[in-house]
Amino acid sequence: MSVTREEVAKIASLARIRMEAGELERMVPELNNILDWVEQLSEVDTSGVEPMTAVIPNTLRLRDDVVDADPKTAGGRRDDVLANAPAAEHGFFGVPKVIE
Amino acid sequence: MTELTNLGVKAIRDGVAAGEFTAREVAEAFNAAVAAAAELNAFIVTTPDHALAAADAVDAKRAKGEQLGKMAGVPIGMKDLFATKGVQTTAASHILEGFLPQYESTVSQNLWDAGCGMLGKLNLDQFAMGSSNETSYFGNVSSPWKKEGTNAAMSPGGSSGGSSSAVAARIAPAATGTDTGGSIRQPAAFTGITGIKPTYGRCSRWGVVAFASSLDQAGPMARNVEDCAIMLGAMAGFDPKDATSLQMDVPDWETALSADLKGKRIGIPREYRMDGTDAEILESWEQGKAWLRDAGAEIVDVSLPHTKYALPAYYIIAPAEASSNLARYDGVRYGLRDLPEGANLQDMYAATRAAGFGDEVKRRVLIGTYVLSAGFYDAYYTQAQKIRALVAQDFERAWGACDLILAPTTPTASFPLGSLNEDPLTMYLNDVFAVPASLAGLPAMSVPAGLNKDGLPLGLQLIGKPFDEQGVLDAGLAIEQRSGFEAMPERWW
Repeated sequence: MSVTREEVAKIASLARIRMEAGELERMVPELNNILDWVEQLSEVDTSGVEPMTAVIPNTLRLRDDVVDADPKTAGGRRDDVLANAPAAEHGFFGVPKVIE
Repeated sequence: MTELTNLGVKAIRDGVAAGEFTAREVAEAFNAAVAAAAELNAFIVTTPDHALAAADAVDAKRAKGEQLGKMAGVPIGMKDLFATKGVQTTAASHILEGFLPQYESTVSQNLWDAGCGMLGKLNLDQFAMGSSNETSYFGNVSSPWKKEGTNAAMSPGGSSGGSSSAVAARIAPAATGTDTGGSIRQPAAFTGITGIKPTYGRCSRWGVVAFASSLDQAGPMARNVEDCAIMLGAMAGFDPKDATSLQMDVPDWETALSADLKGKRIGIPREYRMDGTDAEILESWEQGKAWLRDAGAEIVDVSLPHTKYALPAYYIIAPAEASSNLARYDGVRYGLRDLPEGANLQDMYAATRAAGFGDEVKRRVLIGTYVLSAGFYDAYYTQAQKIRALVAQDFERAWGACDLILAPTTPTASFPLGSLNEDPLTMYLNDVFAVPASLAGLPAMSVPAGLNKDGLPLGLQLIGKPFDEQGVLDAGLAIEQRSGFEAMPERWW
């Protein structure tokens, strides 16, 4: 499979990366080289093979169903969370206006 | 007096404990070496005060007769992928430039608790995506090694290239690395040092900037096997903050180290004999077999039939996970924000990410977005995850016939910076021998084997069963004792 310039533009838009015309032009053959190369995976018969979901068998742990049961994973750190925000206001993340 | 910067982890720890020198003297010596090596560009920021403060704390503890930590007095380099409280953490990207974590990653905290200090944050490929350290926003890292008779700057490997360069140049006795598809082992091989990626889950990923979460693993990079065993012991351990952290005891790898391989079977995977592999790499592989045989091991042939598909599967899975992980860089919560005049929220996201990500990162995010998109998901992503399962099954079958696997770490020695830039694919092929163990989550290590005819280091790779870091370290030690590798780059920086 290969991608056209229009498709790359669509993918870039899905990935929320602005791309100028020149950058798109450059990206098309690069992506197609990579996609051509990974195409060889289709020659492997994988019928009856379960896709891997966990590389090392591990069970998910449950914690007690109470707020902040483990201080190591507890919350209550609003100011720390906001400390690196480009525009934190009134205890929230600030973004450009989204409703008219 | 001994040149302190020639000492490794164990020698520093034991020397400080015995009072042969103070931790402060060690920190001062390495701080000075770091300051004098700016040309390598191994560090993004240096933190001499952190190293001194940690050293003073160790010296004070010793004066009071208190018990010292596992790595007391050892200053280390920290790959700039680990969040360090109050110290800029960038993943070598523009999008995180100026980011000051409000918390400490588990692995770095474990190291500080063990008595380490930090010399600085080490340069790397941007978001750990690269095999040559040429994708950093903060400039290329140079290897301290030069090809004999030339003056071109050589690649220290990647993504942990700042780590490998610093340890090889003796400006840090050890450094942290992370390995997603070879990022500890390939740079270790390129620079004549030792590095181990443990079993997936041994080291907590909490506070490590995420690239491909099902593959990312932290590990130590140091000058020899014993130093790696000590440092891995300090880094590893169960962490409730990482859902994939292994809830099991950390063995005392250092104490149990043994180069006696009697009764061990070493598998030689026939599929690793690939076209395009350097003849000298194949020779060093033969030499490695002879060394392990000499240590008492039996050499057996094994087959890992899906080896050829591991790398292309990796280049679907890793970008897919990266495209998802890197969605968090949106100009809202942390890092860069690019808000063009009159832009709406969507424009802001797209402008921020365009300005903040480098080319290789964009390429991988696009590949990942494509293979996860509706209509292509099964053909690419599901198929790759099935092949990942087959690669893991290959290893499980091989463990019926052998205890460890010996292979080259890389298909070639280091190359000059800039020489592989025209085609991303040729760069990806650097990790062809490293990626299968990553896909299967297995412990794997690179140890120096010798120098090639150009005077550049070559590495040998040992791959073990899940949780058998001890077996990997033991065989690494057997090779180290026989290779007698003591070559050092000639100082030019």
